[in-house]
Amino acid sequence: MNKYAFIIDVGKCENCNNCFLACKDEHCDNDWPGYSRPQPLHGHRWMNILKKERGVFPLIDVAYLPKPCFHCDDAPCVSAGRGGLRKREDGIVIVDSAKACGNRDLVSACPHGALWWNEEEKMVQKCTFCAHLLDDGWQVPRCVQACPTGALSIFRGSDETLREKIVEQELQPPPDSQNRGGSPRCFYRNLQRYTSCFLAGSVGVEQDGVEECGVGARVVLKKENEVVAEQLCDEFGDFRFDGLAPGSGEYLLEISYNGKVMKSGPIRLSASRSAGTFVFSS
Amino acid sequence: GGGVVRYVNNTNGGPVFVYVRNGKIVRITPIEFDDRDGRSWTITARGRSFTPPRRGTVNPYVFGLRSLIYSKDRLLYPMKRVDFDPRGDRNPQNRGISSYERVSWDEALDIVAAEIKRVKREHGPGAILNSCGSHHTWGNIGYWLSAKTRFMNSIGSSQVVHNPDSWEGWYWGAVHHWGNSIRNGASDTYGTVEDCLKEAEMIVFWSSDPESTSGVYGAFEGTVRRQWAKSLGIRMVHIDPFYNHTAALLGGKWIAPRPDTGNAMALAIAWVWITEDLYDKEYVAERTTGFAKWRDYVLGVTDGTAKTPEWQEPETGVPGRVVRSLARQWGSRKTYLSPGGLAGFGGACRCATGIEWARSMVCLMAMQGLGKPGVNLGCLQQGAPVDTHFYFPGYAEGGLSGDLDNTGLRVSMYQRMVQLPSMNPVSQLVPRMRIPEAILGEEITGYPTDPKSIEGQFRKFGYPAPGHSPIRLYYKYGGSHFGTMGDSNRYVRAYRSERLEFVVNQSIWFEGEAKFADILLPACTNFERWDIGETANSGGYSHHQFIQWNHRIVTMQHKCIEPLGESRSDYQIFLDLANRLGLGNLFSEAMTELDWCRRLFDASDLPTRVSWKDFVKKGYYVVPAPAEQNRAPVSWRWFAEGREKDVPELAPLPADYAEKWRKGLQTQSGKLEFESSSLKRFDPDDPERPPLPSYIPSWEGHHVKELYEKYPLNLVSPHPRYSFHTMFDGKDSIINDVREHRTLIDGYYYWIVRINSVDARERGIADNTLVRMYNDRGAVILAAQVTDRVPPKTVISAEGSAVYDPVGEPGHSADRGGCVNLLTSSRNIISRSHSTPSNSCLVQIQPWSSGDVS
Ligand SMILES: Nc1nc2c(c(=O)[nH]1)N[C@H]1C(S)=C(S)[C@@H](COP(=O)(O)OP(=O)(O)OC[C@H]3O[C@@H](n4cnc5c(=O)[nH]c(N)nc54)[C@H](O)[C@@H]3O)O[C@H]1N2
Ligand SMILES: Nc1nc2c(c(=O)[nH]1)N[C@H]1C(S)=C(S)[C@@H](COP(=O)(O)OP(=O)(O)OC[C@H]3O[C@@H](n4cnc5c(=O)[nH]c(N)nc54)[C@H](O)[C@@H]3O)O[C@H]1N2
Ligand code: SF4
Ligand code: SF4
Ligand code: SF4
Ligand SMILES: [Ca+2]
Ligand SMILES: [Ca+2]
Ligand SMILES: [Mo+4]
Repeated sequence: MNKYAFIIDVGKCENCNNCFLACKDEHCDNDWPGYSRPQPLHGHRWMNILKKERGVFPLIDVAYLPKPCFHCDDAPCVSAGRGGLRKREDGIVIVDSAKACGNRDLVSACPHGALWWNEEEKMVQKCTFCAHLLDDGWQVPRCVQACPTGALSIFRGSDETLREKIVEQELQPPPDSQNRGGSPRCFYRNLQRYTSCFLAGSVGVEQDGVEECGVGARVVLKKENEVVAEQLCDEFGDFRFDGLAPGSGEYLLEISYNGKVMKSGPIRLSASRSAGTFVFSS
Repeated sequence: GGGVVRYVNNTNGGPVFVYVRNGKIVRITPIEFDDRDGRSWTITARGRSFTPPRRGTVNPYVFGLRSLIYSKDRLLYPMKRVDFDPRGDRNPQNRGISSYERVSWDEALDIVAAEIKRVKREHGPGAILNSCGSHHTWGNIGYWLSAKTRFMNSIGSSQVVHNPDSWEGWYWGAVHHWGNSIRNGASDTYGTVEDCLKEAEMIVFWSSDPESTSGVYGAFEGTVRRQWAKSLGIRMVHIDPFYNHTAALLGGKWIAPRPDTGNAMALAIAWVWITEDLYDKEYVAERTTGFAKWRDYVLGVTDGTAKTPEWQEPETGVPGRVVRSLARQWGSRKTYLSPGGLAGFGGACRCATGIEWARSMVCLMAMQGLGKPGVNLGCLQQGAPVDTHFYFPGYAEGGLSGDLDNTGLRVSMYQRMVQLPSMNPVSQLVPRMRIPEAILGEEITGYPTDPKSIEGQFRKFGYPAPGHSPIRLYYKYGGSHFGTMGDSNRYVRAYRSERLEFVVNQSIWFEGEAKFADILLPACTNFERWDIGETANSGGYSHHQFIQWNHRIVTMQHKCIEPLGESRSDYQIFLDLANRLGLGNLFSEAMTELDWCRRLFDASDLPTRVSWKDFVKKGYYVVPAPAEQNRAPVSWRWFAEGREKDVPELAPLPADYAEKWRKGLQTQSGKLEFESSSLKRFDPDDPERPPLPSYIPSWEGHHVKELYEKYPLNLVSPHPRYSFHTMFDGKDSIINDVREHRTLIDGYYYWIVRINSVDARERGIADNTLVRMYNDRGAVILAAQVTDRVPPKTVISAEGSAVYDPVGEPGHSADRGGCVNLLTSSRNIISRSHSTPSNSCLVQIQPWSSGDVS
């Protein structure tokens, strides 16, 4: 049996909101009998784009996490829903409009925050994977069609092929989903752009009376006296150790240039940050 | 299936399929090609092949269209202000305050027609002023440059001269160094996608965010090309006070200068190149003039100030070492410069130092050998190898206007499409940025936007024109100006003047400015009428604009649904009025809009490829990519190699060559001029615009001590990413729900301002705090977004709010709709210009308490 899943590349998402808006274009004020009642014009985020800004001016970056319903295999909403939500054979989880009607408590049945209350319809609603379109022969849902960067895609195949793909391409389940449960059918590429943090900084060197960028300065990152990583500063004299776990303790930096060494730390890394600018005087 | 019909239409954010069931639009999607559609191109670069996907992309706001078409803010019926009586009390002071009542079309049209006749009779020529926004629902027939121009010519009206707001520094500055007047001083960009992918080692984005602005009309067509560049390892640098969306997507080095200081950084880059021998001496010697003088200025020989990276540091806030490193990398690698999202735009060209910035961009490129392989302008946003020989007109070619003077009709269309000429006998001109003063009857001077020659801009004009009437009747088309024009409280106040006897507004929506009319005429969208148009083809100043697209897509814009309510197409409204004025057939030539589409189809090259019937049925035509040998050559290559101009544009005009047709540039010397001969001729001693690009500090920046103490924040107002200026904003559209567009607080969608975490902390501001941003010109209530994407002391809030919602008296109180242009200056960048300094704006921000209306 071919089953669906979302595969989302955080590294390619630019927060254009095409997915979010295409979803609204498809579902607001449109009734798809057997699949979903109209989404209200405002308020719902069936495709919810979360934002993570990392670092301190001017050494920053930003990542986005598009977050639909994960169409979980072991969906808490389905088990709590007393028929209000059901799992299709192709993996898609659908709200049964008749049975879900009136049950406001269902909103909290989803541990991932993917259910939205529709006051007018008196029922929970969520991403349908655009099942009405796929069943009608469409190749992809509206959000995927709308995505200009290739960040959004869907998988269609057996669970076995999906597992292989996950391993091969190092796909990750949604952040924190292991704790929340449900076995999501939604996997992310480059998730560390969103979940991990970095320690960055700049190096300058005084030469002939002016300050130059510390191109090629060696920067060593240490934790409890163990070397964690090592880098040479780029052409702007910048360094950035990425992929560190937030709250992973205290770090030390050792920066060397032309035989001179500077040290910095301990630096506590609760979130991405900049260690500042290190200037080697001549 | 299921009773659903799939139509085709077009927008300024890309062409679309429109699914309709039972007379109602169900969905709007991008276009996906089929096998029969024209072939795509392939570029091979560094051992790899690149072919664009076989579909069109669309901008986010395009998905908001259905909610905008069916918006509760649609004008569905003609309306009259309740206390406006054309035969009695007009109560102009109540414009913007009193409400409206529904009237019949006959009543509304009779009033408008009678008022047109009355002011002509009572005041003489010039008393009618018409103005509109720059942009429009898509299509060549319905565009304002088409039907509206023909109608306004037929009744005779004072014309609003648009300042070249997209180009400012390029038009008033760059043009004097490399010509290109036909493009308002911007660069042509033919062949640059292929050249950049093959040759370039680095792209410098300078005031450039194509992932937000899509060049213009380019949707996300350039995105895949920039992704290719990234995958090829082409380095990227972003010079912008905002960590913009292009930087966020592509990465690379972010350099964040203080706004409005770009010229200082450019001079410092030149200083490094000169002192470290990092420029193309042969090119400078053979292809340019005036370098020695500029070099001496840069080195400080002439004025005693060496423009070193350390010199620029206190000005820009960027460490000297960073600028030094940038200059070295740029000077030693083949580099593309992208000044603005389109080569020749950029917020940096719209500020007090914008003219100097744009001029210095030209000089930097001249030093690096502009036109040599890998050394050119752009960021892969323009310059796709599509067919530039297939003819289809752009909207600026005037549609059915018949106007040879004020549209691009005479470029190609006048000999292709039969139409009665139309001419406006009223020669009175009003500079757009002086509309309020014109209404108030003040004397004004202006400088024209005339792309014909470099010198066109020097021709000063005055208002009122000799023997003409000042403005008495304002025929406003659309309602954008409060959100888009500088110091826009002026526009609000002018509406409420006694001098303005009558205001009619013809709009699709009941937007902020529409609420100041006496009569409202409801127009319909392009989804409710017939039209024809090619994606991103504007013609005019932006010749071959469609080379931003990976495929040329010409669309039959189907009338997908009947006009909602009693709304009518703009064409029909003008025809109804023309009929009342006895001008009916003169205006329409007894043709319907569909008839005009057919005429335009016949005038284009389409009939050589597809029958009218098939075109109407399918709804679009994809122009096949040309064979490789027929691709347009690379811009400036001919110049770098000392050949005749070979790119497919007929500019400059033949008479504008000094030596021989197509030999050299439009400048007097025919070369790239570091020292401008046109400025030397016009005024060699102008301190605001000297012949050499120079450091001139901003007149609304940190050097203005007293003002800066009071208003210590630089406001940058870029173009809104999720709307096209005012067009897709507000109006209860789903765009309101985009978190980075507006924020819902206590049931109200507030416009957003981005503020650095340090500035926010100092002021007790957190995310979503409602703040009052103000200066001596006004105040706007906004929702704060606290972020490190802007440097301390800089704040970012886009222009383009469609909502004007004064909390107190209109024109005198804070606006919580989000019109940040209430705060920007109306001063010209330099006095001898007609230009907007949008991004030179000092403000202060404080938390807002809801009782405060000031
Ligand atoms: N602070 C600041 N201000 C700026 C800028 C900036 O960078 N910063 N940029 C400037 C630039 S480059 C530009 S181009 C201007 C744009 O400023 P404008 O040209 O004033 O803004 P638009 O929103 O494009 O105006 C279009 C208007 O036409 C109406 N309209 C559209 N289609 C139709 C139609 O089919 N029928 C009718 N009847 N009406 C229609 C719309 O409702 C809208 O009111 O803004 C300028 N203002
Ligand atoms: N979505 C959308 N797209 C649009 C439009 C729209 O309204 N919405 N408008 C269209 C039109 S009419 C035009 S003219 C173009 C405009 O295209 P651009 O002129 O390129 O766009 P802007 O947003 O004005 O400016 C681009 C960047 O310049 C930065 N900037 C501002 N001031 C300075 C400065 O002093 N120095 C430096 N280094 N950077 C600065 C801003 O932060 C911004 O990120 O966009 C077009 N595309
Ligand atoms: S994400 Fe939530 S709503 Fe969706 S299937 Fe899982 S538990 Fe149910
Ligand atoms: S799959 Fe369909 S319903 Fe789900 S987020 Fe995408 S567009 Fe919305
Ligand atoms: S459409 Fe794609 S790039 Fe845009 S916000 Fe959604 S996932 Fe991100
Ligand atoms: Ca170079
Ligand atoms: Ca002219
Ligand atoms: Mo513009």
